[in-house]
Amino acid sequence: MTSSAALEARPRGGPSAGRLARRHGWTVGVYVLLLLLLLYWQTIPAHWGSFDVQLAIDALPLAFAAMAQSVVIISGGIDLSVGSLISLVNVVSAKYMIDMGFRNALLFGALLLLGSAAAGAFTGSLIVLTRVPDIVVTLAMLFVWAGLALEILQIPGGGAPAQYLQLGTGHWWSQWIPSGLVILLLAYAIFWLPLRWARPGLALYSIGSNRNAAYLSGVGVARTRIFAYALGGLFCGLAGLSLSATSGIGDPSAGQYYTLNSVAAAVLGGVLLIGGVGGLIGPIAAAFVVTLVKTILILKGVDQNWAQVIQGTLIIVVVMIGGLAIRQRRRT
Amino acid sequence: MSLLEAREVGKRYGPVVALESANLSVDAGEVHALLGANGAGKSTFVKILTGVIQRDGGSVELRGKPVRVSSPSQAARIGLAPVFQDPALVPDLTVAQNIRLTGLAVEEVRQRLRTMDIEIDFSEQAGDVPLPLLRMIDLARAMARDPQLLLLDEITAALPSDLAERVFTVMEDWRRRGRSVLFITHRLAEVIAMCDRATVLRDGRDVGTVIPREGGERQIVEHMLGPEAATAEAHAAEVDETAPVAVDAAPNVGAITVEVSDLRVGSLAGVSFSLRAGEILGIAALEGQGQDDLFAVLAGERRAEGGEINVAGKALRPRHPYDAIRSGLVLVPADRLLALLPQRSVRENIAAPRYNRIGRWGPINPREESRRVSTAIEALQIDTRAQGQVRRLSGGNQQKVTIARWLASGFQTLLCFDPTRGIDVGTKRQIYTLLRRLADDGAAILFFSSELSEFPLVCDRVLTLFGGRITDELAGEGADEASLLRAMHGLVEEVTA
Repeated sequence: MTSSAALEARPRGGPSAGRLARRHGWTVGVYVLLLLLLLYWQTIPAHWGSFDVQLAIDALPLAFAAMAQSVVIISGGIDLSVGSLISLVNVVSAKYMIDMGFRNALLFGALLLLGSAAAGAFTGSLIVLTRVPDIVVTLAMLFVWAGLALEILQIPGGGAPAQYLQLGTGHWWSQWIPSGLVILLLAYAIFWLPLRWARPGLALYSIGSNRNAAYLSGVGVARTRIFAYALGGLFCGLAGLSLSATSGIGDPSAGQYYTLNSVAAAVLGGVLLIGGVGGLIGPIAAAFVVTLVKTILILKGVDQNWAQVIQGTLIIVVVMIGGLAIRQRRRT
Repeated sequence: MSLLEAREVGKRYGPVVALESANLSVDAGEVHALLGANGAGKSTFVKILTGVIQRDGGSVELRGKPVRVSSPSQAARIGLAPVFQDPALVPDLTVAQNIRLTGLAVEEVRQRLRTMDIEIDFSEQAGDVPLPLLRMIDLARAMARDPQLLLLDEITAALPSDLAERVFTVMEDWRRRGRSVLFITHRLAEVIAMCDRATVLRDGRDVGTVIPREGGERQIVEHMLGPEAATAEAHAAEVDETAPVAVDAAPNVGAITVEVSDLRVGSLAGVSFSLRAGEILGIAALEGQGQDDLFAVLAGERRAEGGEINVAGKALRPRHPYDAIRSGLVLVPADRLLALLPQRSVRENIAAPRYNRIGRWGPINPREESRRVSTAIEALQIDTRAQGQVRRLSGGNQQKVTIARWLASGFQTLLCFDPTRGIDVGTKRQIYTLLRRLADDGAAILFFSSELSEFPLVCDRVLTLFGGRITDELAGEGADEASLLRAMHGLVEEVTA
């Protein structure tokens, strides 16, 4: 090998616009897809109500669930207990908030967020301490949380103060700004943005990308893994609380839908299952895409079973196209 | 006064001893080399000193105070900063993010790189930066911690010469500032040019500390070889003159089965040789000189970037191991678990490759299979007491199973990549005998080993690789460790000149 060859191989900066497109291409693609679906939705006469409010209501818990799943996948794990932890938070909040005033309900919600973060940290600690693979431990926790949820509320019921429900279903300032969407963005800005570019966030990506290199760089790998699950638990808590607010009740089996759909949204949103790659902006949009596709198909009168087939196909096609694009880029 | 003092440091993994008992003393303001053949324990030693792994025994003192290094980050805090051969940068983060991950200032590292005359786009993802530059970034990152001791583990291996020069400048600079460098390399010329002292490890023990400028290569090589090998060298010198005759006289060497010409792939930069039926051809090389690529291409795991492979006169361009196997080229890898189905039985493992041959959908003939498998088990004297699951077998018996698979299914050319790695002496002997018997029966065998003493025992001819090229060809009997080591370090020209 000659020296000049090595130095010439150095990437020459390149136009930063090109690099931005390359690095965020997937996210941009998901938003374009979302935009197209929104335009198409507009042409369907059957849609009811202020459409974006309704959409935000439907997609809000899934968006939080996708954030929870994405954080864990980025750190190199996977969390199958997302759905049942959401159920647990959902039933606890609905069972006790029904008798509370708005202020107390908010305080209780904050407490539940802490609790669900602790639950996530517990799962993460189990994984680190027992050295049992993530998928096994979280599968076990799926049953644990689901059982507890059923113990707390056997049948759907409970509720929350009207003002609290407004947080999920209402709108602020004008009727075009759903409050749920504002809360989603706030949660993103408060719980993720400050981390993303600071050391804890970098540590999260590093252990998902190359655990050995991260360790050699001085990253506390065990600590960071637990942190990832705790952050995931926090987002699960937000998903559970928003589920209470949008549905108005607690349902011990409501979370089931979110376990695998959160994985689907994460993958659609550009998070690689091998870890270390992706963000939360993409999965949030993907959660809306998943919800929108489902709703459009229902409005179109497509049989529900076929709607599932179409949804699955969509995931494969999108991820395949994304994968091909990446491979194309590597080759050039 | 000595900066770092390590005494009787040891590390074992179960029954395997990685480091027996090693002593090392590095003075302040010294560039100290740590030398030894593959598997002597150099990397284990460095990993212990920098907290990547924990020692089992011995003591480490820094400036006279005992320290227990529990993690890489703690090592950095007390002034020990390593740079490993595989850069410790996270591929999915940008270079700048990688630096911030370690808690350093990006500007500081950029400054260090500038003093080495290297400009890098810090917003590039580390995974997209070429390996030599990644190493330089890793070095700059280690320097930015301003450590008392820089530990450079084979940083110059496969580094282009001008970048290597810059590493040497850094080492000089460190010495001038009264700080120290522990330098691990396979290039003895670098040791003589750069290092104040050199500690040589052999079989997990330190066998001497020399002053390279005074003792020269010869002294270092002597230490690396040990006394027995040194006397063996003397014997070999006598035998040397008759050796070529002996090889020519080998009666069973037949037609060329595999001919490789100008093969290029990965770090392999144009290699040509031919392999004959009935012959065992050795490939001797230090780590990372292209031997991995050579075997991978011949076994069909990788595609060649250039050059030709002819098998029995026909061009072979394997796209898949299946193609290589069909032309009779079969691989026995060093990592046995790569080749075996660990949870399945000995019989299933031996029979597995045969399913390539039977009609794709045809039924398996159990009687015929059983006969072939039993023959192979007997021929290799495999201990079948734990035959239910191959993973329960000892390493030696597992290796025999990987060879038995090919015995049962048939082959022309056996590619043995370090087949005796981690195997006890008795089994090693059996494998040597087996290889010779296979060759006598007309098989061609390509043999790589990290244990140099095996070459004269096993091979008819030995080729040495260095920097992706063949540096020398030795007759099997003449392939003593001293000649091999010299050729493997690319020192042939200097010796003959």
